[in-house]
Amino acid sequence: MKVSAIITLKKDVLDPQGKVIHQALDGMGFENISEVRQGKYFEIDVNENDPKKAKAVVEDMCKKLLANLVIENFKIIETQ
Amino acid sequence: MKSSVITFPGSNCDRDMDVALKKFGFNNKMVWHNDNELPKSDLVVLPGGFSYGDYLRCGSMASKSRIMQSVINFAKSGGLIMGICNGFQILVETGLVPGVLLRNKYLEFICKNVFVKLDNKENAYFKNLNKDVLEFHIAHNEGNYFCTKDQLKEIMDNNQIAIYYCNSEGKIEDQYNPNGSIKNIAGIFNKEKNVLGMMPHPERMIDQSLSGEDGSIFFKNLINNIK
Repeated sequence: MKVSAIITLKKDVLDPQGKVIHQALDGMGFENISEVRQGKYFEIDVNENDPKKAKAVVEDMCKKLLANLVIENFKIIETQ
Repeated sequence: MKSSVITFPGSNCDRDMDVALKKFGFNNKMVWHNDNELPKSDLVVLPGGFSYGDYLRCGSMASKSRIMQSVINFAKSGGLIMGICNGFQILVETGLVPGVLLRNKYLEFICKNVFVKLDNKENAYFKNLNKDVLEFHIAHNEGNYFCTKDQLKEIMDNNQIAIYYCNSEGKIEDQYNPNGSIKNIAGIFNKEKNVLGMMPHPERMIDQSLSGEDGSIFFKNLINNIK
């Protein structure tokens, strides 16, 4: 089954890319924005039918490689 | 004195480091990332470059390379490990030194000479150095050192800050911080001070006619300290 993971920067970590994107959007006329934060999205096809087990595997991946827990949080979403 | 330089796919300062180490008397071996065991070494260097194309996060893929288990064991047994630039990024990803290296504050690749101030000489790297300020070279996109408040407190309590960005007189101020690093940190030790990670490249400062001599001073002192 497919499991997705979203990695985002923690609140107090500076995100210069997000800031620049925010400025660009602002310049394009999207003025109603208070903040933009950039993150990463992973779609992982796990050979496992039990959603609980599949999510647990991806959680382990996030902790060990996909996210750096000093600066990033992760959220796991079951997609299929 | 025996040294080893690890080459990862995408390392590009590995041979510069080899030249520098040999110039100052190390018997250096190049070690491939996919090897299982480190050769017997007094010093292991993780060189600069763009290992694995900086995929995912700089240094993250290299930190899981096969050779790294042997490198981590070497660190834990007290062996000297120096990570330069991408090597520093690999060290933080292994957790051997605390913190992370974020994208430079102003989103630019920085390539220039900088001055760094040594903070702590009670270690094998800087002991007996008769200079407190050295001129090294930096070339990086992700050198913005960051750590949590708790980590910073621990780092300060344990004297783990190795070098700071400063001016030629050793003044550590915000205006001399090229990349937004917390407290102008350019390099950091592990708690035991046998592992050193730093963004500046001493191996680019070993020839007066090409660059400068402060790298020579550093390497000469280092080999004397290890002997």
